[in-house]
Amino acid sequence: MTDQELIWRIAGGSGDGIASTSQNFAKALMRSGLNVFTHRHYPSRIRGGHTYTEVRVSDRPVKSRGDGYNFLLALGDSFARNPQEHAYYGNEEAKPLSENLDELVEGGVIVYDSGLLDASEVPDFEERVAENDWHVFDVDLRTIAREHGREVMRNTAGVAVTCAVAGIDPEVIKSLMRDAMSEQILEPNLAVFDDAYDTVTEEYDVDAPSVSVPEGEQDEEPVLLSGSDAIAYAALDEGCRFIAGYPMTPWTEVFTIMSKNLPEVGGISEQVEDEIAAAALALGASHAGVKAMSGSSGGGFALMSEPLGLAEMTETPVVLVEAMRAGPSTGMPTKPEQADLEHVLYTSQGDSNRVVFAPGTVEEAYTQTRRAFQLAYDYQIPSIVIYDQKLGGELVSVPASHFDEEPNPSLGATLTEAELAEAPHDDSGKFNRFQYDAENGVSPRSIPGQKGGRFLATGNEHMPAGHISEDPTNRVNQVNRRMQRLASIRAELDADEGSHQTYYGPEDADYGIMTWGSQQGTVEEAVDRLNADGYSVKAIGVSEMMPYPVEEVSAFLESVEQCLVVEMNASAQFRGLTQKELGRYGEKLSSLLKYNGNPFEPAEIVAGFAARIAEDGEELPGQQTKFVPAAGD
Amino acid sequence: MSAFSAIGEERESNRDEFTPGLEPQPTWCPGCGDFGVLKALKGAAAELGLSPDSMLLCTGIGCSGKLNSYFESYGFHTIHGRSLPIARAAKLANTGLTVVAAGGDGDGYGIGGNHFVHSARENHDMTYIVFNNEIFGLTKGQTSPTSPKGHTSKTQPHGSAKDPIRPLSLSLTAGSSYIARTAAVNPNQAKDILVEAIEHDGFSHIDFLTQCPTWNKDARQYVPYIDVNESDDYDHDVHDREAAASLMYETESKLYEGEVLTGRYYVDDERPSYQQEKRSIGELPEEPLAERYFDDDYEWERSYDMFLDQHR
Repeated sequence: MTDQELIWRIAGGSGDGIASTSQNFAKALMRSGLNVFTHRHYPSRIRGGHTYTEVRVSDRPVKSRGDGYNFLLALGDSFARNPQEHAYYGNEEAKPLSENLDELVEGGVIVYDSGLLDASEVPDFEERVAENDWHVFDVDLRTIAREHGREVMRNTAGVAVTCAVAGIDPEVIKSLMRDAMSEQILEPNLAVFDDAYDTVTEEYDVDAPSVSVPEGEQDEEPVLLSGSDAIAYAALDEGCRFIAGYPMTPWTEVFTIMSKNLPEVGGISEQVEDEIAAAALALGASHAGVKAMSGSSGGGFALMSEPLGLAEMTETPVVLVEAMRAGPSTGMPTKPEQADLEHVLYTSQGDSNRVVFAPGTVEEAYTQTRRAFQLAYDYQIPSIVIYDQKLGGELVSVPASHFDEEPNPSLGATLTEAELAEAPHDDSGKFNRFQYDAENGVSPRSIPGQKGGRFLATGNEHMPAGHISEDPTNRVNQVNRRMQRLASIRAELDADEGSHQTYYGPEDADYGIMTWGSQQGTVEEAVDRLNADGYSVKAIGVSEMMPYPVEEVSAFLESVEQCLVVEMNASAQFRGLTQKELGRYGEKLSSLLKYNGNPFEPAEIVAGFAARIAEDGEELPGQQTKFVPAAGD
Repeated sequence: MSAFSAIGEERESNRDEFTPGLEPQPTWCPGCGDFGVLKALKGAAAELGLSPDSMLLCTGIGCSGKLNSYFESYGFHTIHGRSLPIARAAKLANTGLTVVAAGGDGDGYGIGGNHFVHSARENHDMTYIVFNNEIFGLTKGQTSPTSPKGHTSKTQPHGSAKDPIRPLSLSLTAGSSYIARTAAVNPNQAKDILVEAIEHDGFSHIDFLTQCPTWNKDARQYVPYIDVNESDDYDHDVHDREAAASLMYETESKLYEGEVLTGRYYVDDERPSYQQEKRSIGELPEEPLAERYFDDDYEWERSYDMFLDQHR
């Protein structure tokens, strides 16, 4: 963290409006010309429980959460459980204060609502404040809120105090409030804002802390988007007009955005009885000629295994998204993890035959979801976009121009009735939908209702017109053709202009860090710091999980002495995939793993790298990450 | 102009059009009730003037799942229990298609029971035929959800401790708007019921008794049967829901006492189909959605124009 940035943490209870308040705060600062990045931490609970959102604000691009933070706004938890220190869950009433102190940096600011929080209930509060040179502002936000409006408006009061202490122009916030709030609640909120701002300015020396917000100016017009937004917009721009789903955190966000927007573009959203049905409906719609998707999180995706295999066997194009959360089983529903990689790559019986993308940023979520659709329809294969609660939920300011793209509604390898009239049929009049000698392994399809297009789609092995068959020669022909598509896709991706892998740092660096999915931005920040500290490090963020980018990753690993693989799981799944696909480099790859429910902080990667790769003898910080050495170490 | 010219064509058709030109002979056992379903479905399709290219026949797994190997149309032989979600999505994607789903009693009332209940509840405009032979046939004779209590098989060696499911009552409770039971031994009634079911705007469920002469030798051949709409002993009003519920219960119980009742049990012509409901709330376009992908003049929406402003 530098003086040039604010990392503001708003903490309270679930259900107290933390998410919407932080979203408005982030958007207001983005509009003022700054870059913003949010990190959400919340429990699987509707009312109450330790919740916070961090908004990182800088005049430079921000692509990760920071190391700790420098400004705490602690609001009360309206729905805290019994206030017993020794209960299972501790003293929840005090948690907005007590749970957030460990990561607050020296010289940081604490603003807390003295109407709801009692600092004397927080162990060693005064001592810690003195030790860390924290600046404390206790303001009775609740009373101010009640005086002018309703108690929930204490969030507004807290934001006003933030502005006063961090030197943010109140007009930045107020103009957003005017846009975002209905007339009915705007007036009391503005009154609450002004009163809180004046109160803290009168009672405290707000210039004392060194924490402040820089001024900035974007080169390009920004938008504040989450990974879930980007995935949904990509689907819409690819002409996806059908989604089926069942609610499950954190996948529900994509489903919600699609359900809201699809009717506006004449599309269909179906909330159905379970995830087996959800995936099956997506197949049914796609089979009948509408570009379709479904998705879920780990447990729901497990139910989709069988329809996924059916899509592979019937060569039905479909896109599924998988929003990972900490497992196994129900795990930690609202916490990020990257432990579903093998699940997504291999689930369902038979030889796996699918495309899997793992975008690393909001922009990549858009670009790669679009590519997933294109490959699914061009090659008649299921494509999966795997991401996590972190990427799905974090709001980031990104250039609007990235999304200024033309739509692509193509159904891919699909024939018209005129083309069907010329296509090969069997003696029964059935269209030979699954021909052996198809180019790139792709045998074009017909759509039910087209004259001259009828065929049988089946989950059984089948002959060219679709009739089931156990003939060994037919079997080998069909398997080879279906598998050939993966090789064709690999060749197409390799021929693409640019790469879906993201490279960062000096090309001639001695050491490498490899990661996948949402940890990419954090790794990049760590690479900057390591190079500033005198190390020679570069990074690759891999997005193509299947078919795997063998050449690119081999070239990267050839060019470095050692490589640290950073991922959020306990069994080093991506490192395992890499070794399996490459068949070597086991002695070069060590792992830094984290699976405590929180994404990496840049400092953890810096420390992990410094301690192990460079062997300068330092221990890893705390117990929150785990190092697994390379083979032979 | 439609990209799907097989749909909505005014034409005369005959049952032979629905017989595959290659290997039309099913592999079902001699005497199997499944032949009766195939015959009735061909007859119904011909009577309705459908063409093979205008129909999508989705099946599950089991002997019944092979129906679309022997019926000439677009077919989707899905996975065990999942014909309904695939079929209903196809109908939503292209509302012009004639969509029929079919499967066995294990497929529809066991593994796919959840889909059955919800497809009926939602009243999708399609027909669902359940081949009910009270046994798992293709896996060689295990006890199924409709096997009678006490039924012994290799997987239930001491006799099933479970009461059989009540398919008609379940269907009524779930929300089907056309419910009938017919039997393979009564092909004329079966064909007439299928014609009505396909024409019905909403979810039509036909519990089709199909004797299994190989694995369920103990079971009745479903003769003699009584048609509750024809018999003088019954004065049944198919629009009377309470009467239907009562007669269904009686029918289900009597099957296990050796008396086979068949016919139309419940018809609700008033209830809008799911497609109509969905259109009325603006969630289903008027034109079949699949047509749009073949319309070169359609101006596809961009999320940049439509949705990005709210993020600024």
